[in-house]
Amino acid sequence: MDEAPANGLHIAVLVKHVPDAQFDRHISGDDLTTVRSESILSELDEYALEAALQLVETHGGPASGHRITAITMGPAGAVAAVKKSLQIGADDGVHLTDEALGGSDASATSKALAALLRHVGPFDLILTGMASTDGETSLVPAQLAERLALPQVTFAASLDLTPGDDGWKLAARRDNDTFAETIEAPLPALVSVTDQINDPRYPNFKGIMAAKKKQIQVLSLTDIGLEPAEVGLEGSWTRVEAAAPRPPRTQGVLITDEGDAGIRLVDFLAGQKLL
Amino acid sequence: MTTVLVFLDHAGASLAKSERELLSLGATLGDVVVALAGEAEQAYLDGIGSYGVGEVYRPDSAEASDVLVAGKAVFLTEAVRASGAEILLLGNSYEMKEIAARVGVRLESGVITDVVALAGDLTATKADFAGSYSVDCRVTTGIAVLTIKPNSVEATEAGLPSPPREVRIPVEVPEAVARITGRTDKPVSGRPELAEARVIVAGGRGVDGNFGPLEDLADALGGAVGASRAATDAGWIEHSAQIGQTGKTVSPQLYISAGISGAIQQKAGMQTSKVIVAINKDADSPVFEIADFGIVGDLFTVLPQATEEIRKRGL
Repeated sequence: MDEAPANGLHIAVLVKHVPDAQFDRHISGDDLTTVRSESILSELDEYALEAALQLVETHGGPASGHRITAITMGPAGAVAAVKKSLQIGADDGVHLTDEALGGSDASATSKALAALLRHVGPFDLILTGMASTDGETSLVPAQLAERLALPQVTFAASLDLTPGDDGWKLAARRDNDTFAETIEAPLPALVSVTDQINDPRYPNFKGIMAAKKKQIQVLSLTDIGLEPAEVGLEGSWTRVEAAAPRPPRTQGVLITDEGDAGIRLVDFLAGQKLL
Repeated sequence: MTTVLVFLDHAGASLAKSERELLSLGATLGDVVVALAGEAEQAYLDGIGSYGVGEVYRPDSAEASDVLVAGKAVFLTEAVRASGAEILLLGNSYEMKEIAARVGVRLESGVITDVVALAGDLTATKADFAGSYSVDCRVTTGIAVLTIKPNSVEATEAGLPSPPREVRIPVEVPEAVARITGRTDKPVSGRPELAEARVIVAGGRGVDGNFGPLEDLADALGGAVGASRAATDAGWIEHSAQIGQTGKTVSPQLYISAGISGAIQQKAGMQTSKVIVAINKDADSPVFEIADFGIVGDLFTVLPQATEEIRKRGL
C-alpha cells in the first residue's frame, strides 16, 4: 500500500451481510452456496464499525479529516450491510458486485478483497469483525493481511491509536484461554476485533436521514483489475463436494424434579456409560 | 510415501491430547514429520519421537514467536518446503486457523478448517452453520492445509520415547508486523481445556453468579466448566469460558446445561455434543428440545445431589 494521506485517518471497515442466525440457514443449488434470503449486517461486524467510530471520536472527530469507508462484496442484496453502516455513522461505502464472485472460498474472497482495497485505498487501518457468523472460517482477515503485507492484529479486545513523528502506532490487547497479550504495530495495519471491545450503537433518526446523502461506489471485477476465473468457484482452492443438513436433535426424556432428580440424573449417566 | 507435516506450538511438559490426536491422524496418511514453533523440553521432544516421528523442524531464532501469527506462518511455510510435505495438519484454535490461512496464501494452497473427519482420499468433513450442516470438501489447489477439531480422532498408543532429529529452519520475519510486547498468564484451574474436555458443565443466567455447584459436578466428572454469554457478560466467569456463536464451539461426550434457556446462539456452540443433559426451572426452555435428558428443577438442589451421588457410588 502507498503512503497514507497525512491529513487524517482513512479507515476501511469490512462488513458482510449474513443469513440472520434467528432464521433457518441453508445451503442450496448446484454450487452448494449459502442462501441469503433473510440477511442482516453481521452482528460481529458492528463491533468493527463501532471501533472505527470511537477511534475517530477520540482523535478529533470527522473535522480532523478522518474518514470511515464501509466495504462489502456480494450480490445486490449485500449492499444492505453498507447502507446500515452508513446509517450508524460510516462516511461512504463501496460495494464490489459481480456474478463471477459467487461460490468464492476464503482464498478467492481474500484475493478479491485485497484487489478491492488496493483500488479504493490507500487505508491507514482496515477493521473487520472476529469472524463472519455464517462460514465461521475466520480465514479471510489473516489471508487479507498476508496478501496486503500488512501487520495483522486479530481478535483485539481493546484498540488504541497514538500519533507520532513517524506515523500512527496501534496498541491492542488479545485474550487467549490461558494468557492475555499486549500487541503493538505501526499503521497501516489490519485489525479484527472481538465482541468484547465495545457496545455497538444503533442508528438514530438523524443518522438514517444523513445516510441518504452518502455515496456508495459500486464496482465490478473489471474495475478492480481481476479476471472472473481468479475468483468464484473457479478461482477457489477448495471445493464443497456435498452438503447435507444434519438430522435435527430430538427431545429425549423430560422429568420434573420430585426430590430425586439428581439421583435419576446419575442413573441416566450410568446407563449411557458416561461415568 | 506421502509426507505429512504436523504443526505443534506452545509445547508443554508432555504432548497434549489434541497433539497426540494430530500425530495419530498423520500416521494414517503417510510419514509424519513435525514443525515445532516454540521452545520444548527434552521429554516433549522424546514424546514426539514416541509416535514414530524421525524429524522435527524448528525455527533458528525465537523471533518467529514474538510476532503475531505472521512469524509462525513464515516458519511453517519454510518447514513445508524443506520437508516436501503434501499434507499439513494443525490444531483448530483461532491462532492455528490464522497460521493455516497465511500459509495457504504463501503456498497457494487450499485451507479447510474445523475438520471432524478425514477420508483416505483427503475428503474432509466439517460441521457448518454451527453444526446444523455436515459438509464434505476437498482441497483442489496446492498441498492440503487442514485444521482438525479436537476429539475427532482416537489418539493411538505411543511407542518408546526417542529423540527425533532436529532440523533448524532460517526464518525471515516480514518488516511490517505486529509484535507481542507483553504476556500475562491467567490463573490455572486444573480442569481440562473446554475444546478438549470429554465432559462440560455449563451455566447461564439461572446460575445467578454462583458457579460453585457446577464446578463441584465438573470436578466429580473430570470435566470443564463453560458458560453462556449471559453469564460471561455478567462477569460471573472468565470470557474464555463462553460457549456459543461468539464463543467456543464444543462437542464433548457429555454436555450438562444448567440454568441456560438455550437460545439459538447458545445452541450453535454445543448442539454437536454426543449427549446433552439440561436442567432449568422453566419447562418451556428451548434447551429441552435438544436435550437427551431434561430436568425441570432447581439447579442448586439437583446438581449437588448428583455430585454427592457420583461420589457415593465411588465413581
